[in-house]
Amino acid sequence: MSGITVYKDKCMGCALCAKACPFDAITMVDKKCVIDLDKCSLCGSCVEACRKFGAIEIVRTTTQTPDIEKYKGVWVFAQQRKGVIQTVTYELLGKARELADKLKVDVACVLLGHGIKDKAQDLIYRGADKVYVVDNPKLEHLLEEPYARIVMNLIRKHRPEILLCPATSVGRSLISRVAVQLRVGLTADCTGLDVNADERYLMQTRPAFGGNIMATILSKNHRPQLATVRHKVMKEAVVDLKRKGVIEVVEFDKSFFISRTKVLNVVDEVISTVNIAEANVIVSGGRAMGGAENFKMLEELAKVLNGAVGASRAAIDEGWMPYSHQVGQTGKTVCPTIYIACGISGQIQHLVGMQSSDVIIAINRDPSAPIFNIANYGIVGDLFEIIPLLTKRFKEVL
Amino acid sequence: MNIIVCIKQVPDTSEVRIDPATNNLVRDGVKSIVNPFDMYAIEEAVRLKEKFGGKVIVLTMGPPQADVSLREAISLGCDEAVLVSDRAFAGSDTLATSYTLSKAIEKIKDYDVIICGKQAIDGDTAQVGPGIAAMLDIPQITYVRKIEEIKDGNITAERATEEGYEVVQTRLPCLMTVVKEINNPRLPSLKGKIKAKNALIQVWKAVDIGAEENRIGLKGSPTWVLKIFTPPPKPKGKIFEGEGQHVVDQLVDSLKGLLH
Repeated sequence: MSGITVYKDKCMGCALCAKACPFDAITMVDKKCVIDLDKCSLCGSCVEACRKFGAIEIVRTTTQTPDIEKYKGVWVFAQQRKGVIQTVTYELLGKARELADKLKVDVACVLLGHGIKDKAQDLIYRGADKVYVVDNPKLEHLLEEPYARIVMNLIRKHRPEILLCPATSVGRSLISRVAVQLRVGLTADCTGLDVNADERYLMQTRPAFGGNIMATILSKNHRPQLATVRHKVMKEAVVDLKRKGVIEVVEFDKSFFISRTKVLNVVDEVISTVNIAEANVIVSGGRAMGGAENFKMLEELAKVLNGAVGASRAAIDEGWMPYSHQVGQTGKTVCPTIYIACGISGQIQHLVGMQSSDVIIAINRDPSAPIFNIANYGIVGDLFEIIPLLTKRFKEVL
Repeated sequence: MNIIVCIKQVPDTSEVRIDPATNNLVRDGVKSIVNPFDMYAIEEAVRLKEKFGGKVIVLTMGPPQADVSLREAISLGCDEAVLVSDRAFAGSDTLATSYTLSKAIEKIKDYDVIICGKQAIDGDTAQVGPGIAAMLDIPQITYVRKIEEIKDGNITAERATEEGYEVVQTRLPCLMTVVKEINNPRLPSLKGKIKAKNALIQVWKAVDIGAEENRIGLKGSPTWVLKIFTPPPKPKGKIFEGEGQHVVDQLVDSLKGLLH
């Protein structure tokens, strides 16, 4: 029987399980653990907390992919836009190569698009041993139905054990359909990946509850193991022009390209030339910026640092910047090398969107602003004085 | 036009904090809310009903207390509510959840559009919307920021991308996930609140939706959590105070290693 069991004789009444439960599902009754099954999501935190006593057990009896041992190899879904391979693909390739070397298998890429055949070689230079290319006018833009059909067909034919996909609007929309149709597991938005080489399973670590906690997720009994991976977390694979690999152009008959959906128009509208999800440096403004005109000051600073301009929800709601620049829970999640928060107090909704940045710099008049708690560097002062000085100083040293 | 809105009751993550002393999750007083992105889904569904007629059915899977969230949706203009609730669903990952909700939608049967928020703020996966569409074999438009037109069984909408947007057209019935930009949700009316208080919430168990036992809950979930941990706390940063030029110089000096 699958489910959670408490062995009362082993329970010491220490209540560590109750503390560890993220769902508040455990109470101590007569010094014994009692789990409210209406609240429990069987996440396993309590089992982990009770490892010493072993009083809580979760039994899983899931199905298993048939011939599971025949699934070999690590795949990457290569994302292209307007015929250009997106850099997130190279980040995934770097990680895929590392996992494949531990598992002693090959790395393959799946590249779908139109007029992209000559791009396949770049994927080999970046670590792929094989590239499956499907080149068709119908694949120019993401259309979930034909894309999913083709990816599934290739998976069924070649049986990879792992498929990594960018956690972008394209990757997330596509791969959820693939996972459901193959009836396999999918872990979203991973920031850490590793394999157990003996048992050949993928350990997928991702933030949850807005980044307040991390969870490591397994899909031991199903293949392929699917994961989307956050942009700007893994290191890009380096180019090695001496690398050799095989490019296989795969043809599909017409029925594979049928789509009920069509893309009528593609519009780019990011104001600065750098998209904030891609930027290495982001200069963000909050309510204390005081007005749309003051964002020019941030644009100048961003320009010196070759970065992009972001904004907090407060600034977006005032109409000072377009929504595509919003950082935070209801905007974008970013992780640049440097994040400069100007006049942003640091409400949790903003922090969850930027707290994984490498270096956070806060400029704020209020020394007790919560943004200083997560900042690597902070300046307490008037941003209208500090920012122009900072721009000038960066110009001098760069 | 019949519209189904799928919502999720979530803990208000903006109130979830880490206790710096114990490094544990502090949940005291954390309330449950309707997932913020689902508020835009509810609003858009009600607007479609106001424009084209028909009804809005709000659907959720969750524990009995998720009833509160469904009543909130009714107060905002939804007409009927279904709670899919059964202990057999506990431990569901996104695959099992997509399956369970799609079985409930098959039971509702008569629908033109399904609307979901782009993702839930507790899990942030964005997988269940497209998962439901795949289960039902209907087309999807994710990240919708504007519905341009619904005419002759076609829907045209703007789909937000990292770089801007795409104008996408598809056939009804379809599933949409919506982003915040799509509308400004209304506040509940007094009439709505009274309606919500008296509303009859239908509760469906696994057997009511004909769900196969090995495709729900723990059994139907290929993924599971090995461990949950709090990220190591960041060491305290360096704060510069004092005269403007001086602090700017100090900061830029500290960053030199990063700026090549």
